[in-house]
Amino acid sequence: MRRVIRIVASLVVVALLLLIPQVVGESINALWAQAVYIAVAAMGLNILTGYNGQISIGHGAFYGIGAYTSAILMENSGWQFLPTIPVVVGVALVAGAAFGFPALRLKGLYLALITLGLAAVFPDLINRFASKYGTGGTSLIQPPRVLAPGWADSFADFDDQYRYYMALTIAIVMAVLAANLVRGRYGRALVAVRDHESAASVLGINVARVKVSAFALSAAYAAVAGSLSVLIEGSANAGKIEVFQQSILFLVAVVIGGTATVAGPMVGAVIVVFVQDFAKDLIDDQPVLSPAIFGLVLIVMMYLLPDGLVGGARRLISRVLAKPEVGQPAIPDVSTH
Amino acid sequence: MTLFLQQLMNGIGNGVIYASVALALVLIYRTTGVLNFAQGEMALFSTYITWKLTDWGVGIVAAIFISMLIAFAMGALVELVLIRPVEKKPPFVVLIVTIGMFLALNSITQLVFGTDEKQLPSAFGDHSWSVGDVRITGEFVGLICVLALTCTLLWILLQKTKLGLGLRAVASNPESARLVGISSGTMLMIGWAISASLGALGGAMYVPTTPALTAGSLQAVLVYAFAAAALGGFDSPVGAVVGGLIVGVAEALAIEYIEPLHDITLLVPFLLIGVVLLYRPTGLFGRNIVERV
Repeated sequence: MRRVIRIVASLVVVALLLLIPQVVGESINALWAQAVYIAVAAMGLNILTGYNGQISIGHGAFYGIGAYTSAILMENSGWQFLPTIPVVVGVALVAGAAFGFPALRLKGLYLALITLGLAAVFPDLINRFASKYGTGGTSLIQPPRVLAPGWADSFADFDDQYRYYMALTIAIVMAVLAANLVRGRYGRALVAVRDHESAASVLGINVARVKVSAFALSAAYAAVAGSLSVLIEGSANAGKIEVFQQSILFLVAVVIGGTATVAGPMVGAVIVVFVQDFAKDLIDDQPVLSPAIFGLVLIVMMYLLPDGLVGGARRLISRVLAKPEVGQPAIPDVSTH
Repeated sequence: MTLFLQQLMNGIGNGVIYASVALALVLIYRTTGVLNFAQGEMALFSTYITWKLTDWGVGIVAAIFISMLIAFAMGALVELVLIRPVEKKPPFVVLIVTIGMFLALNSITQLVFGTDEKQLPSAFGDHSWSVGDVRITGEFVGLICVLALTCTLLWILLQKTKLGLGLRAVASNPESARLVGISSGTMLMIGWAISASLGALGGAMYVPTTPALTAGSLQAVLVYAFAAAALGGFDSPVGAVVGGLIVGVAEALAIEYIEPLHDITLLVPFLLIGVVLLYRPTGLFGRNIVERV
């Protein structure tokens, strides 16, 4: 029964997401497109941080690796956008695993710190190595935009609608993969390692393999998000502040959506994008204040819903469902047997 | 040799600043288990207060003391109003709250004090002496004296006073501390307050060594201070000082002597930490946490 509800709910959400470019204007559509790629990164981070308990504040770097791999392949080797995705996934899996191995030794804050170092060092490395591809010797790369082909005329009047659909399709595939992954054997292993490493190892789980693969997987998600950002925004860039902010943003999306829930990161991504946009326009003449409003919203949300929106909703639903009215016998649900 | 000594001194000078901000981080971490992302921005706000005071004609040394007092009060207030409600919640929640503070404080600072660059005078003037070929600046001597004094005072506070005993008791076991009548809430508040004033001191020491005071002034320092704290061990004040000095010196020497690292200075502290943590996962001076299975 739960499974049916879940599938129906997912289909409804997908249908609504497909409708968005048809009913909203260009600027709102751009925000949704942004939410789509941030959601992909947040899904990946959720595998690592939510399910496996390894905090990372450096996934902006993997996101950057994805963005630059796609952008350079398109700009310099004349590739189409889609074929770059498998390459991006491959590169990020290797990079993530390479980073995950030393991370095996570290826990909690020490790990968070090292990942912070990754985010801090990445822009300098990119400046050094990617500036030969960028415009005017900078690390800004603007590959040719993806344009809507003729057959897409029936559903996409504009190129950005087409790009939104493309990003959304990839995001849905990634979401389904993530959902199946965390609900299966591997997901149990992730949670077991998070909750008690030694106990998990006694049960026969290869702790090292689980932790490193979680790192690699989450890096791949972040990198695909980076590629999608190139598709949507048309450029790859790695300023110091941006990489740091992206890393924080992913973590924020995971936590305010709900850690270790499948829907949480996606909900979180939408909220993060729209709250930021809302904060930007809230007070005229004071663009300085927008981070302040965003920050305050974050703090207030943590007070009200410490387990995130999805966690809070889940508590609410189980409270409504679990307690039948006094005096009225609970009817056993036979449909699941 | 001259060049080496000069770079060594630059490194120690920076290291002292990293150490003082790292000390502030460690103080909060020890008592509350929170990694305070907003530490740099709290220090930034205090540094702007110092600047404002000098702008009004207060002497720089007096201005630093006054801003440290204000920071003390603000630190206590932050703990009371923002951190206490989420104290018992999972660490993620507290982390996000400090990230929220980080974002909010930065932009509030810009709103209150304006976005233009400011000049903060150094507390140590611009004397310098020549020893052989090496130039020793008053700033360098002053920084080291300030750090030594801070460490001594902190040590006396933590080890020799009743208040310090309370702070340590809450850090080591909040439940038992409460049972013997220590108000753990008050102790946490004092921990945050001391940490905020250490940050104010660090900010006022650091900014005069940079071209100007801007809203981004202390972000790099925060990263280095994190590095220093991780290197030394998050729960060890001694570690914070040693870590800060090591990071500062390693950075200065690497910039001078390893040509390819010229524009990737941040790589040095993090490579160093990476290597150290591989051998000592809780830092040089950190306690090993024994886990019950």
